[in-house]
Amino acid sequence: MITATMKENFSYRLWRYDGAPGELIPLLQSAQEHFGYIPIRAINYISGVTGIPESDIYGVITFYSQFRLRPMGKYIIRACAGTACHVSGAKMIIETIEDELGIEVGDTSEDGMYTLNTVACIGCCSLAPVIMINDETFGRLTPASLRKLLREHIRKSGEKADSAAGVSCGG
Amino acid sequence: MKTIVVGMGTCGLSAGARVVFEKLEELTDANPDISHLTISGCIGMCYREPLVEIRDDGSRVFYGGVTAESAEKIFESHVLNNERIEDDNLVYIIERDGSTSGSEADFLDLQERIVLRNCGTINPESISDYVESGGYESLKKILFRMSPEEIIQEVKNSGLRGRGGAGFPTGLKWSFAASNEADRKYVVCNADEGDPGAFMDRSVLEGDPHSVLEGMIICARAIGANFGYIYCRAEYPLAIHRLEIALSEARENGYLGKDILGSGFDFDVKIKQGAGAFVCGEETALFASIEGERGMPRIRPPFPAEKGLWQKPTNNNNVETYANIPWIIANGADAYAAFGTEKSPGTKVFALAGKVVHGGLAEVSMGTTIDDLVFRIGGGIKEGREFKAVQMGGPSGGCIPASLKNTPVDFESIPATGAIMGSGGMVVMDDTTCMVEIARFFLDFTQNESCGKCTFCRIGTLRMLEILERLTRGEGIPEDIKKLEQLSIQIKEASLCGLGQTAPNPVQTTIRYYLDEYLAHINDKHCPAGSCLALVEFSIDADKCVGCTICAKNCPVDAISGKVKEPHVIDQEICVKCGKCITSCNFNAVITR
Repeated sequence: MITATMKENFSYRLWRYDGAPGELIPLLQSAQEHFGYIPIRAINYISGVTGIPESDIYGVITFYSQFRLRPMGKYIIRACAGTACHVSGAKMIIETIEDELGIEVGDTSEDGMYTLNTVACIGCCSLAPVIMINDETFGRLTPASLRKLLREHIRKSGEKADSAAGVSCGG
Repeated sequence: MKTIVVGMGTCGLSAGARVVFEKLEELTDANPDISHLTISGCIGMCYREPLVEIRDDGSRVFYGGVTAESAEKIFESHVLNNERIEDDNLVYIIERDGSTSGSEADFLDLQERIVLRNCGTINPESISDYVESGGYESLKKILFRMSPEEIIQEVKNSGLRGRGGAGFPTGLKWSFAASNEADRKYVVCNADEGDPGAFMDRSVLEGDPHSVLEGMIICARAIGANFGYIYCRAEYPLAIHRLEIALSEARENGYLGKDILGSGFDFDVKIKQGAGAFVCGEETALFASIEGERGMPRIRPPFPAEKGLWQKPTNNNNVETYANIPWIIANGADAYAAFGTEKSPGTKVFALAGKVVHGGLAEVSMGTTIDDLVFRIGGGIKEGREFKAVQMGGPSGGCIPASLKNTPVDFESIPATGAIMGSGGMVVMDDTTCMVEIARFFLDFTQNESCGKCTFCRIGTLRMLEILERLTRGEGIPEDIKKLEQLSIQIKEASLCGLGQTAPNPVQTTIRYYLDEYLAHINDKHCPAGSCLALVEFSIDADKCVGCTICAKNCPVDAISGKVKEPHVIDQEICVKCGKCITSCNFNAVITR
């Protein structure tokens, strides 16, 4: 039986590819879903199956901001840089994150925990300025409240990592 | 039996609707005979989310700013004991007789809701809710009682114009695609809402996806297409999720797929997720993206009605345009044309954001003034500050100054100001917003999003951005304004698609209305709004500063001095205006002037 999760699966999608046009972007999306980014071997696979030259695939990847060629952190912080957030001080918010985590926009922290990106608009303009950490949205931020939020988040994620490590050691 | 409705749009969820829903679920499960719980999309009052509505025998009562604790109180008092909690959080009441009250009554009462007719009312994840509210009746009407020509005539008569921004008459567009013979035709819905500050389409897709779908099916019948695409940006996961539910429920109920409702007409729709490229809002770039290529615009003609997606005749409209269609078919073209102005009939949804008190969605008759939108519906400016300008049309639009606030919003009056109608984003700005900085912000955006095909757009916008960056750093020279104006004209004339043709708009409108601010940046090295960091003076508010020394420790040039537990001072001679003290202060004590 083919389940819904299998349908989304990268290798299933590749296997099912029947030459129908317009499948490249969905394939890349599922590769990114699967690997967390698009590794070179995924480009090799896709090119091998579809016959689309690797250079063309690379061209499509670099055209769209969704696709990335490097692995990302466990937590992806997306700072909104849309108009509403911008007029509500998004620049300060982004600088605060950069300062607190010691990374710049587009970078991943050394421990592989946080990646900082900006997005054009999350669509929560009434809560501006807004950031997202993975799927959670945080709004009406000030540099001070954001620092508190980030420290809290780092502490909690550190605890989680520690306890997870503890379990694996014990097990 | 009471019905409890929790607003579960993206705005509600990010304000904490999930925990409210879980709390109420617990309570309704414990009292199954008294009430049942359901969800809805966004009603538009994003600024008062999370919202909970209690429906009781025709009356509707909305509570705003609900938390898990207050949800429990509402349940105990209102649901169990029939006692409304009369306080500021009682935002809106519709009594059985139709009369309304509540602290936010103006926000909703001043609107005319056609596109948003079901948003915030029905459960977007249930086709039966949509059908009960009259959904798919228009589809039945056009399938069995109208010819394709009659459908197109009806849409033409309504005067509906494309809501994506350009305002092309929808009925006329449909007639072009209908008149071109081909073995295959396509209906495309553009849901790639990329303008920062615009979230109308997201709310419609999250709150009432079937209305968009029904509009698409009606269009397909009119032009003779059997296949459709909804191109939705991947940044809207909830909208995509609800669209997927809507598609599969519509297929199960015979509204979509083969032989729709036994009429012999076939039509099916696929969702394509955008991969994050603003230019894909341009229709020919959108087609390229669906085809799996880099989303670069193509030369027109041939127009999409002749050779669009996969080189076949294609009709492409925006989400809001399609959502209007079922209402027009059900109520007639004359009823629709009764709203709005002569040349811009109907209503328009606006997303209010920025420095406005009531940030959210509002649908009003075309021709409503900016003043009414910002002050009567929007509730005025935050913190009682001065209204400076409203930015319409996103990066393609322009800034309309407060002095033109009596301008009616329609397809004739707004372009006359130099801005564009756009898809409906309205970002309100107050006296702390620097217009040169805003122009730089939009140029930064368009420069980033330029696909690179046309030289003037690719390089011209970069040159403009460099000049604007220089201005905001206080390094501008008097010739810069002339250069900006020249580049604006060249980019507009030499670009292929809408992105390049409109990219200079934010610069041109700000130069037109705020030349004095540009001159202040150039001649006086001063930012009147106090926003460009390089041009302002930093100081510490002695009342807020607690003397924690953190700013002094973070200052890279040791410009800050002061004793522990005493207010600190910034030495203006040494300060390099990096802004580090602002972001490091935990008490918001650093101020700029």
